[in-house]
Amino acid sequence: MNVIYTDVLVIGGGLAGLRMAVAAKRRGHDAIILSLVPPKRSHSKAAQGGMQASLGNVIKGQGDNEDVHFEDTVRGSDWGADQDVVRMFVNTAPKAVRELASWGVPWSRVRKGDRTVVINGQKVTITERDEAHGLLAQRDFGGTKKWRTCYVADATGHAMLQAVGDQVIASSIPVHERTEALALIHEGGRCYGAVVRDLITGELTAYVAKATALATGGAGRLYQVTTNAVICEGIGMAIALETGIATLGNMEAVQFHPTPIFPAGILLTEGCRGDGGLLLDVDGHRFMPDYEPEKKELASRDVVSRRMEEHIKKGKGAKSRFGEHIWLDIRLLGEHHIKHNLREVWDICHYFLGLDPVKDLIPVRPAQHYTMGGVRTNYTGESPTLKGLFAAGEAACWDMHGFNRLGGNSVAETVVAGMIVGEFIADYCDKTENDISIPTGVLRDFVNEEKAKLQGLITSHGTEDASALKARMQAIMSDKVGIFRTGKELEEAVDELQKLLVKSRSIGLKSSAPGANPELVTAYRVQKMLKLALCVAYGAYTRTESRGAHFRSDYPNRNDAKWLSRTLATWKGDSTLPTFNYEALDVGKMELPPGWRGYGAKDYVDHPDTPGRQAAVDALKQQYADDRFARQAALMPYEQLLPARLRGKNERIDEPMAQAPARRTA
Amino acid sequence: MSNQASGKVINVVPVQAGAPAAPASSSGAAAAGRGVQTGQKLKISVMRYNPADPASVPHIQTYEIEQSDGMTLFMALMEIRERLDPSLQFDFVCRAGICGSCAMVVNGRPTLACRTLTRDIGPDITLAPLPFFELIGDLSVNTGKWMRALSERLEAWCHTKQQEVDLTRLEERMEPELAEAIFELDRCIECGCCLAGCGTARMRKDFVGAVGINKIARFRLDPRDVRTDADYYELIGDDDGVFGCMSLLGCHDVCPKELPLQTQIAFIRRKMVKEGMS
Repeated sequence: MNVIYTDVLVIGGGLAGLRMAVAAKRRGHDAIILSLVPPKRSHSKAAQGGMQASLGNVIKGQGDNEDVHFEDTVRGSDWGADQDVVRMFVNTAPKAVRELASWGVPWSRVRKGDRTVVINGQKVTITERDEAHGLLAQRDFGGTKKWRTCYVADATGHAMLQAVGDQVIASSIPVHERTEALALIHEGGRCYGAVVRDLITGELTAYVAKATALATGGAGRLYQVTTNAVICEGIGMAIALETGIATLGNMEAVQFHPTPIFPAGILLTEGCRGDGGLLLDVDGHRFMPDYEPEKKELASRDVVSRRMEEHIKKGKGAKSRFGEHIWLDIRLLGEHHIKHNLREVWDICHYFLGLDPVKDLIPVRPAQHYTMGGVRTNYTGESPTLKGLFAAGEAACWDMHGFNRLGGNSVAETVVAGMIVGEFIADYCDKTENDISIPTGVLRDFVNEEKAKLQGLITSHGTEDASALKARMQAIMSDKVGIFRTGKELEEAVDELQKLLVKSRSIGLKSSAPGANPELVTAYRVQKMLKLALCVAYGAYTRTESRGAHFRSDYPNRNDAKWLSRTLATWKGDSTLPTFNYEALDVGKMELPPGWRGYGAKDYVDHPDTPGRQAAVDALKQQYADDRFARQAALMPYEQLLPARLRGKNERIDEPMAQAPARRTA
Repeated sequence: MSNQASGKVINVVPVQAGAPAAPASSSGAAAAGRGVQTGQKLKISVMRYNPADPASVPHIQTYEIEQSDGMTLFMALMEIRERLDPSLQFDFVCRAGICGSCAMVVNGRPTLACRTLTRDIGPDITLAPLPFFELIGDLSVNTGKWMRALSERLEAWCHTKQQEVDLTRLEERMEPELAEAIFELDRCIECGCCLAGCGTARMRKDFVGAVGINKIARFRLDPRDVRTDADYYELIGDDDGVFGCMSLLGCHDVCPKELPLQTQIAFIRRKMVKEGMS
C-alpha cells in the first residue's frame, strides 16, 4: 500500500487551494496539493472580468467601502448569505488584492485626468483624481452600487493564478499533478486524508493528513451547457457527500450567467456590460430598461438571465439555426477599448464565432455558470460535522453567496477564503490535540474499498454506457432544473435521475487499457455526479419558493416566513435520494434584515422577526450616524471571528491612516 | 452538435516508434480544406501510443465523423471518445483557448486544439502529441511537470524586497503603461507550443525555450522584482538559456497568444551579452 503523510492535504490546485497551502506553509506546516491538471490550468483561470475589493480608487468608486460591498453582496444573495462571513470577506478583500499586487499581479491602474467611458449607452467623460494615479483601477459590474471590480484587462483569473501559482513554487510546496481524490478517509467523525488515484498510472495511494482541505471548484458539468471547464464535475463535493457525515449546503442554488456565447457556452465576461455593453433583441431594441429600470443590464446575474429568457419566450429572441438567442452589443465601446480591456472577448469571438465584436453583434444566451452550494462549513472553513475537513472557494458553502453571487465576488472569494481558511487550518494543525494516530488497517480498508469499486467497473459486464448516462443527466439538468423551474418538471427530473443512478451501478467498460483509462474515469465520476445532480434537483423540488438564482414559476415569491434557511444535504449509503435538513438563518442577528434587493421582483413574504429587527437596526444606525465603524460594531460585531493577522481597517484615498500602524501582515 | 451522426474507425496504420506522424493526405490542409460543409465527412488521423500498456505500439488510427456547425477539435475528439473509442487520451480543460492544456500538433503545426475549427483544417486532419515533452498517452503530454521544473530552475516568481507588506495600507503605485507592458508578457499560458516549434529544443533537452526567456523578460520588467541583470545572467546566460536560441523563431510563429517573442528574445540576449561583457 502506498501511503504519503503530510500536515495539510489540499485537494484542488485552483486559486483557493493554492492560497490555503501558502498560508499553511508560512505557518510552518507542510502541505501537498493534489490537482487534476497542472494548477495554472485550473478553472480559476477563467475568471475574466475581475475581483471585487472596495478600494474606491476610481472616481466612480469614490465612497466605496466595506459597508457598501457588504450590502451589495447580501442583496445579491437574496438574503441567503451568512452575514458574518460576508463581513469577514469584505474586510479581507482589499487586503487580498493588495497582497496579490505585491506578488506581481499586473493589475490595471488608474490614469489621472479625463477619460471617456460608456454609461447607460452614452459616452461620457469622467475625470480621475491626481491622487489616484497609479493605484489599482476598478470597473463596473452587475449588482454593485460602486465601481469596485479590480481587473487585469479581461484575464484577471489568469494573472492571479500565475502569481499565486508562482508563490506555491517559491514556497517549495509540492503539487501532485494529475491526481484525483476518490474518497475521503475518515473514522469517528474525523477526516484523515483521502484515497487518491494517479491519473497517469492508475495507481491508488492513501494520503494521510491532519487537515484535509477541499478546493475542487464547482459542478457546472452537471449541465449540458455551461461556461465551466470540463474538469468542473463536482467530484470534491461528491466525495464529501459520500462520507455520509459532511453536508452539502444549498445545492439547488445554481447561477446562470447572462452572456456566454451561443451555442457553445463559452463565457464572455460581465465586464462587457460593466464597461457599457448592451443587450439587444431581434429588433435591435435595448430591452433591459423595460424590465429593470433601476439597474438595467447591470442588475444581478440571476435577474438579467431570467429577463433574457422571459424576453425570448415573448418571441423577441434573434433566430439562428441553433435556436434563439439575444445579442450583446459592445461596438459602442470602440476598437481600442475592446482590443485592450476586452482582449479575451475579442479572441473568443474571433476564434469560436468568426466575428469581430468591434463591428458585429455577438450571439449570447444564459448558461450554467456557478455553483453557490457546496461543502457546508462554519466561518473557519471547517465542516461542522466532519472534523478536520475544510473547504474553500466554489467547492464550499461558506456561505457568502447565498442564492446568487455577484460577478467579481467568486474569484475574490478564492483568495480571501484561501487566506482566512488557510490561517484557521494552520491554527488547527498547531494544536497538539489535533495530532493524529490512525491505524494502517483503516487506511487499507479505505484503499481496498476504492480498489474494489474500480475493479468492479473494469470487470463487470454491465450494459450501461457511462458517457450516455452522463449526457442524459446533463440534458435533464438543462431542460428541467434550469433557470425557470416548476414542481412538475423537477419531479420528473428527480424520478429519471434516480433511475440513472441505479443504472450507473451497472456500467460496463469497453476498454481495459492500463494507465489513465479515460473511460474508467468517466464511469466512476458519473456515479458521483448523479448524486450531486439529485441534490440539486431534489433540493429545488423541495424548496417551494423563489430566492436568488433558484426560481420556481409555481412559487414565484421569496418566502422568508418559510424558507429563510439553508438546505443541508447528506447521503446515506445506497440510497437514491439525499436527506435534507434545514438550517434557519437568524434574522435577529442580521446587520441587513431582509427587504427588496433594489432590482428584480418586489413581492416577497416577510419573516415575522424582520420588522422588529429592522426597527432595532434603524435605531442603532441613528445612534451611531457619524461613525461607520462604531455603527457596524453595534449592529453585528464580527471582527473577533477573523484570524488575528487579518484584522484591521483598510486604508483608502478618502480614508487615510494617520501614521503607520503596528505591522499586521499576512 | 451532431451526436447522432454516424462515425467509424476506418484504419489503423502502424508506425515505427519515434517516427513523426504521417502528414495528412492533403498536406497544406489548412488552405486546401477551408470551408468543410456541415454533414461532410471528416477523417481524423491520430498518432496513438499508450506507454503504460506493454502491448501498445505507436500507430496512426483514423476516425471518421461528420462535420457539424461550429465544430472545434475539442468537440470532434470528445465525440470520438464518447462514441467511437473510449480509450483515446487527450487533455482539455477550459476549451476556450485560455488554459494551454490542449496544445498538439495539428496538420504538422503546434497549436491549441480547442479553438481550432475543423471546417478550417479538414476534411483530412492529422493530430499528433507535442514533441519534446514526456508522452502520457496518445495526444496527452506532461507539459505541467516540465513547466514546474522550469519555474524552479529560473526562480520564476516575483522576488520582492520584503517578504511581507502591510496589507492595511494603500498599494504601491505603478504607471498604467508599465502595468500593461507587464501584462503583455504575463499572458503566457505555458502551453508548450513554443518548444514544440523550436529548433534548439530538438538538440538541447535542457533548453529553457521561449517560455523561459519570456518569463525572465516579464520579471525583469517588473519593478517589484528586485533581481538585477547579473542575477538573470546566472539563470539564462548560457547555451541552455538565451544563447542557445538560433533565432529560427518558430516559437514566435506558433505562439497562440501572439506574445512578442521575437523582440523579447533579441532584447534579453542583448542585455545578457552586455552583462556577460561587463
